[in-house]
Amino acid sequence: MLVEIIENFGAKIIKIIESVGRIMIFFLTGTANIFVLPFQFAKIIDHTWFIGTKSMFVIALTGFFTGMVLGLQGYYSLLKYGSEAALGSAVAMTLIRELGPVFTAIMITARAGSAMAAEIGVMRISEQIDALKTMHISPVRFLFTPRIIASIISFPLLTALFNIFGLLGGFVSGSLMLGINKYVYMDTVISSVSVNDITGGFYKASVFAVVVTTICCYQGFYTHLFKEFGARGVSLSTTNAVVQSCIFIFISDYIITFFLV
Amino acid sequence: MTNPFIQFTDIKKSFGTNSVLKGVNLSLYRGEIIAIIGKSGTGKSVLLKHIIGLIEQDSGKLLINGTPLKQLSFKDKRNFQKTLSYMFQDNALFDFMNIYDNISLPLVENSNFPKDQIEKRVFTQMKQLGLTGIENKFPAQLSGGMKKRVALARALVTDPQIVLFDEPTAGLDPVRKKNVHLMIQEYQEKFGFTAVIVTHDIPEIFNISQRIALLDEGIIRFEGSKEELFNSQSKILNSFIKGENF
Repeated sequence: MLVEIIENFGAKIIKIIESVGRIMIFFLTGTANIFVLPFQFAKIIDHTWFIGTKSMFVIALTGFFTGMVLGLQGYYSLLKYGSEAALGSAVAMTLIRELGPVFTAIMITARAGSAMAAEIGVMRISEQIDALKTMHISPVRFLFTPRIIASIISFPLLTALFNIFGLLGGFVSGSLMLGINKYVYMDTVISSVSVNDITGGFYKASVFAVVVTTICCYQGFYTHLFKEFGARGVSLSTTNAVVQSCIFIFISDYIITFFLV
Repeated sequence: MTNPFIQFTDIKKSFGTNSVLKGVNLSLYRGEIIAIIGKSGTGKSVLLKHIIGLIEQDSGKLLINGTPLKQLSFKDKRNFQKTLSYMFQDNALFDFMNIYDNISLPLVENSNFPKDQIEKRVFTQMKQLGLTGIENKFPAQLSGGMKKRVALARALVTDPQIVLFDEPTAGLDPVRKKNVHLMIQEYQEKFGFTAVIVTHDIPEIFNISQRIALLDEGIIRFEGSKEELFNSQSKILNSFIKGENF
């Protein structure tokens, strides 16, 4: 009985170590291939279009409503202390430092990350990845490398878009709906935000790009290792990709914030 | 007969507790069409995947021109693998690419040919296989037979020396099956590649194969010419050919 428990525990630990090793090799192979000629410009543009351009609407929309909620909540919280004039500052700092990068990464995970995992997962179960190998094409270079570059380009830009629409949302709820002077709102936004806040947000967005893309592509790529096969395996890898990406976004957010503050 | 080009010697392969290949011995010769027959799930595709490098044996040797594959230098191994082409059972065409991109992919990614030369080769291949005019279509828009021909075009566009066919006629009607067989024979005669065909198409496959190998319960039960096959007194072989349980 005890031996069995220890064996099972040991097997789980070995499995985790194997997974960590596999994901590290996957990540390093993919990133090393960024510098291998020929550059995959067409594929990078294609994926930037999918991850970046096609996410713009949903990012702008969520950014706008996040800003509106922040404006609304912030106004009534600050009102208690008679500091409602600082609403612009509160909205800007919260968005640019924290919510912008984190919410953008979560929204891209939901929209593009899940699609990456599902697409690569289907390629795995339909032997398309094996077909690449038989044609002497590195599947990691072909599937992962262009996506990670596209993500590193897209995430910071989408974060900036989220921030702009968030500030606009805060302006609509704080100034237009609750009556804070629009010049005061804009002035506090501009005066409170430093260049370091903006670059810090972009650092976070870049790290999230790497985290999300690596996890989502990895989950799809190794779909065949799940106990469930076929469509169920793909559904499992997609779910895992989204859940793990979100968890690691929050973990890495804390770590980066710890070093930035 | 000349020395074997590829030789399996006592190849064993297991997946977990499931022992699939239990000591396979088989020789493949240059320029021949060899059919590997056997019941479903006996490891025919696994055997084929050893040659292309998708699966590695647990024990035994895979010899290439007499040298174990594992002992070849990285460069020699890569050069050997570049002479191979593989046609998958379910075609494994890329859904997100059109037919032209599917066929040209191995050339685009691996060759130094200029764009116009790649285009010329792809269109020549498409014309030879009766695929003219569908270059902008996607795999999902094609019939089963057309997809097979696209997969064959992709397999042949690099002028391989060995083409491995994993059940090339699976899911096709008898007329299309015959067409695919004839197509393989015609191209094999034309280009002189070695064709290794894993199939269930008995007796049709005997019309185009020079040699036949029967894989049963993880070992090769028979390896020889058509004449030897039909003259064989082996119960297993005769039962299999007649479609009886054995």
